[in-house]
Amino acid sequence: MERKYTEFLVLSAILAGVIGMMWLLNGSDFMHLGNFQSMAFQLPELGILSMAMMITMLTAGINLSIIASANLSGIVMAIILTQTISPEATGPGGIGLVVLAILAGLFVSALIGLLNGFLVAYLEISPILATLGTMILVSGMALAITKGYVISGFPPAMLAIGNSSIFGLPAPILIFAVGVVILSVILRHTPLGARIYLLGSNPTACFYSGVNNPQVLMRTYLISGLYSGIAAVIMISRFNSAKADYGESYLLLTVLVSVLGGVSAAGGFGRVSGLVLALIILQIISSGLNLMGVNTFLTVALWGTVLIVVMVIQSIIDRLQEKRRSV
Amino acid sequence: MIKKLFSHHETFVFLAIVIFSLIITFINPSFFTLENMFDLLKSYSLMGTFAIGVLFVLISGGIDISFTAIATITGYVIAVLLLQNGEQLNIVTVFLIAGGIGSLLGMVNAFIIYFFNIPSIITTIATLNIYYGILTVLSKGKWLYGFPEWFGKYTQMYVFKLHTANGTPYGLSVITAFWFALLLIAWFILRYTVLGRSIYAMGGNIASAKRAGFNLLKLHLFVYSFMGLMAGFASVIQALLVQTVAPNSLVGKELDVLAAVVLGGASLTGGTGSVLGAVLGVALIAIMGNGLTLMHVPSYWYKVVIGTVILISVGASAYRHKVSTRRRVIIEVE
Repeated sequence: MERKYTEFLVLSAILAGVIGMMWLLNGSDFMHLGNFQSMAFQLPELGILSMAMMITMLTAGINLSIIASANLSGIVMAIILTQTISPEATGPGGIGLVVLAILAGLFVSALIGLLNGFLVAYLEISPILATLGTMILVSGMALAITKGYVISGFPPAMLAIGNSSIFGLPAPILIFAVGVVILSVILRHTPLGARIYLLGSNPTACFYSGVNNPQVLMRTYLISGLYSGIAAVIMISRFNSAKADYGESYLLLTVLVSVLGGVSAAGGFGRVSGLVLALIILQIISSGLNLMGVNTFLTVALWGTVLIVVMVIQSIIDRLQEKRRSV
Repeated sequence: MIKKLFSHHETFVFLAIVIFSLIITFINPSFFTLENMFDLLKSYSLMGTFAIGVLFVLISGGIDISFTAIATITGYVIAVLLLQNGEQLNIVTVFLIAGGIGSLLGMVNAFIIYFFNIPSIITTIATLNIYYGILTVLSKGKWLYGFPEWFGKYTQMYVFKLHTANGTPYGLSVITAFWFALLLIAWFILRYTVLGRSIYAMGGNIASAKRAGFNLLKLHLFVYSFMGLMAGFASVIQALLVQTVAPNSLVGKELDVLAAVVLGGASLTGGTGSVLGAVLGVALIAIMGNGLTLMHVPSYWYKVVIGTVILISVGASAYRHKVSTRRRVIIEVE
C-alpha cells in the first residue's frame, strides 16, 4: 500500500512539473482556457481506450484489438446512423436512432470482448496472440464492410455527444468520468475486482483459492471490449465519421498511459487514479509540443523513449526495494 | 508413423497448404504453374527473411515487433550510401553494412530487455516507435530511388532460367537462393549447435536455464541481434525487389510476419518452433494472398481470411497442447 501512495505523489509532482514547464515554454498560449477545453475534448477517447487496455494488463494480459474493435463498432454505429429513416419516427434530432446505433455498437464490441475472453480463458492462448488474431480479423471485417471508405453524416443528436458541453464541461469528459468511477468501483469494491488482481499476481494461487479463473478472464475481456465500444461512440461523434483505420497510433499510447500510471505489465498492480494522472500528464505534454510546432513523428519517438525510461525507473525501484526487504 | 506425423503442427499446416492450393488451382489454373511459384518465392523472400529472425526470438520466449523499423533504418542507410558513392560498393558490402547496423539496433533491445527485465513486447513497441519516429523526422519521409546499375541487375539474375511460351524469362531468382541459404544456416544453428539448443532451453524455462548455467545475457544478445541481422538483410532484399526505399513501406507489416511464424507452430510462450514450420507458415500466408488475388476476391477480404486462419490454427494448437498436458497429468497421478 505504501508504495502505491508514493507513486501517486510522484505522479502528482511530475504533473505539476510538466504544467510548469509547458507554461514556461509556451507562455500565455498554454495557460489559455481554450487550450484546456480542447484538451478536455481530446483526452476522453485515449482515456477510455487506456482503461480498456489497463484492465487486461491487470490480469497479466494485453489487448491489442482495442483500436480495431473500437473502429468496427464505430462503423456498425455509423451504418445504422446513416440509414435514412424519417425524423418523426425517431424523435427530435434522431434520438431513437442514436440510442439504437449505440446499443448495436456496444453489442458488437461486447461480442469481440467475449471472443477474446474465450480464446484466452478457455483455449488458453497467450493474450498477445489471441488479441493479435482478433485484431487482424476485426480490422479486416471493418475494411471489408466499408471497402476502405469513410462513412459520415450523422444526425445532430449523435454529434452532440462528442461536441457539446454540459454546465461548461465537455460531454466526452463527463462520459470519461463516469467510466473512471465505474472501473474503480469494479476494481476496488467488487469481488470481481479482487479476483482480477489476484489472478494477475498469481494465477495458480488464484485457482487454488477457489476462483473460477476462466470466468474472471471472460469478464475482464468483456469489460475491455465494452470500454472500446464506448470510446468508439465518442470517436465517431467527434469526427462525424467512421473508418476502418482511425486511431491506429493510440495502441502505443494506451500501453504507455497504463505503464506510466503504475500498472505492472506482469499483472496484479495498478490503480485507476494513477492511470488518470498519467493520462493528464501525457495530454499536457502532447498539447504543449503541439503548440511549439514539434513534428508529430518526433513526438512518437519521444513517447517510445518515455515508455522505456518509465519502465527502467520502475525496475530500478523494484530492485532497490527487494534489496531492502532482504536485508 | 502416421500417428507421429499428426503429432506435429507442421503436418496440419502442410495439409492446409495442399487443400488451399487445390481449391485455388480448381478456380484458376494459372496458380499452379512454375512461373507463379517462382514469382511467389521471390516476392516472399522478404517476409521469409524476417520470419527467420522472428522465429529465433519466439523460440527464446520473447517477442520482437521493432524489426520493421530496424529494417527501415538499415534500408535508408544503404540507400543513401548507394546514391552517394554507389560505385565503390558491391552487394557483399551492402549486405554487411545493413546487417551490421541491424544487429546493433537489435542489441539495444536485448540490453533493455535483459538488464531491466522489461517485457519484450513493451520494449519493442517502444523501440519500434523510437526508431521509426526518428528516421521519419531525419528523412523527412523522402523516397529514395535511382540506384546504381549493378544494384538493379540482381533482380533479373537467376540461378537457372526458363522461358514462358512467349519468351519472358523466369526461374529461381538469386534473391530466393539467398533466402534458402539463410534458412539452411538457421536450421543448422537451431538443430545442431549448442547455441541453438540453449535458445530452446531458455525459451522452455528461463529459470531452469539460468540454474543450469546458461549465460542468459549472451543468449539475449545473440537472439535479438540475429533478429536485427535478418532485418538488415531483409531491407536489402526489399531494396533489390522494388529498387526504391521508402520510410513507410515496411512499418505496419510486423504483425503479418509474426502471424506467419505463429501459424508455423512457434508459440509465444517460447521453447517451440522450427524453421520448417516458419517456412510453411510464410508459404500459407503467401498462397492465401496470391490465391485470393487469382480468385478475384476483393483485396479487403484478405485480412478477414488471414485473421480467421490464425485464430483457428492457434486455437487448434492451444487446444491440442491443453489436451496433451491433461493426459500427462493423469499419467503422473497413476
